[in-house]
Amino acid sequence: MSAITSDMLLQSLANAITLGSLYALVAIGYTMVYGILRLINFAHGEIFMMSMYFAFYFVTAAMLPWYLAFLFAIACTGILGIIIERAAYRPLREAPRISLLISSIGVSYLLQNLAVVLFSGIQKQFPPVAMFQDVITIANVRIQKLSIYVPLITAVLVIVLLYLVNKTKIGMAMRASSKDFETSRLMGINVNRVIAVTFCIGSVLAAVGAIMWGLKYPKIEPYVGTLPGLKCFIAAVIGGIGNIKGAVIGALLLGFIEIFIVLFFPALSGYKDAFAFVALIVILLVRPSGLVGEKIANKV
Amino acid sequence: MSVLTTKGATMRFGGVVAVDDLNIEVERGEIVALIGPNGAGKTTAFNMITGVYTPTEGDVLFNKDGGKDMRTITGKRPDLITKMGIARTFQNIRLFGEMTVLDNVMIAQHLHIKSGLFGAVIGWPRYYKEERRMKDGALALLERVGLLEEAYELSTSLPYGKQRRLEIARALATEPSLLLLDEPAAGMNPTETLELTEFVRQIRDEFDLTVLLIEHHMQIVMDISDRIYVLDFGKTIARGTPEEIQNNERVIEAYLGVADVD
Repeated sequence: MSAITSDMLLQSLANAITLGSLYALVAIGYTMVYGILRLINFAHGEIFMMSMYFAFYFVTAAMLPWYLAFLFAIACTGILGIIIERAAYRPLREAPRISLLISSIGVSYLLQNLAVVLFSGIQKQFPPVAMFQDVITIANVRIQKLSIYVPLITAVLVIVLLYLVNKTKIGMAMRASSKDFETSRLMGINVNRVIAVTFCIGSVLAAVGAIMWGLKYPKIEPYVGTLPGLKCFIAAVIGGIGNIKGAVIGALLLGFIEIFIVLFFPALSGYKDAFAFVALIVILLVRPSGLVGEKIANKV
Repeated sequence: MSVLTTKGATMRFGGVVAVDDLNIEVERGEIVALIGPNGAGKTTAFNMITGVYTPTEGDVLFNKDGGKDMRTITGKRPDLITKMGIARTFQNIRLFGEMTVLDNVMIAQHLHIKSGLFGAVIGWPRYYKEERRMKDGALALLERVGLLEEAYELSTSLPYGKQRRLEIARALATEPSLLLLDEPAAGMNPTETLELTEFVRQIRDEFDLTVLLIEHHMQIVMDISDRIYVLDFGKTIARGTPEEIQNNERVIEAYLGVADVD
């Protein structure tokens, strides 16, 4: 092991927070959908991928300035989330949960292949935005400005989301629906609308994550969402799936694990993507309900 | 002036007829009981009325104020039926666990807030005012049903009798004109049962309600009901006042069974 300087530590810290924040935005989508439908939405990674294409085409084809393009891409992704729920999950509301899971896998493949057909499998370059990608030096640490923006944007969005869920009418309806559909409906809550809003929020957050991901790792191809999607799912499970704060904690933890293992054990860097899966196995063995997950008590 | 009428409401599950040709009529301000042995179709009847099930045949008609023109609510969504003014409680208590007593009531008031997502996010004053009003309303309701002291306790930590009471309070929070109670006395001790009878009468008067209840506890049924319908294997086998029902032979048969005559 080579000597690790404090600069390297700081550099890694910045990288870890950035990566963890990106994971968090996507992990929240998994956890919210699971919280309300008890569904692992395997199409979430593909929603992530689609929003990168949306952003790409709004910049390159529609020639919009980046901020408008990104805004439209985020909006389109939110609508895509609602459409997916309406078409693939709502018809299965009364069906066993396994049907829903299979449907989500179907949607995932559908979107991947649709992307190949529509956008071709050739890799595209995510449109650069200088304002985010300029490199600045703070105390010998060279970071992209993105590394400052990403955690800030994530923090703001998470705070808004927590406020929304805990303090507002729709949030209250979400919490009630996540406990008991039928009772919620009999309390006058339109559960279908609540679920649509949940998908929309999850997709919008994934889109924000995907765009920032694209700025950091600027390549787009139809399978670009698969690995981040899986990792964020793992992050949600580590934190305790169904719990928003848990998803954020799990995501940050995963970001730290990935960056710091590579820092301390450079020889393992080739296995970087495997750490998440190891972490998943460990957490499932040691604490299956996740770090902050509710204990599942069986009623006797 | 009936509030609720079912016309030949029938519910089939495959070959099983859970409720067969149900014709009930509930007048404004009445307390009507639906009784019958286990599996008679009482809860299924509730599920048809509240929109959880769509009747296979027949109609469910409702008028909030008990007027002449009754509107069909057959197969409407449960949340819309709740908005129209029918609320219910459940046989097995279904409170929102891990939420406070107050939150449980506030969720039920949910449908009466007007500001939506947008108002909440940008936080304009009307939204806060509305939320304030909702909380005050919920607390006032809890006071009226005697649960004010427990407002900030977790709903599932309440003693059984109070959980039942909270379920009723939560149903009241949707501002119903018709309240359906599914076995409100189930699992209660004699004191709690006595209190419940009084409580149901009290809320009927105070909240200007019509009550339809399912109950096995005969003492309550006879004590509280204006009229009774008796179901057995999905069929309505008797209807009438408590006195009439107590002396009805078919009812006694259904409850006690008949000796096989070979």
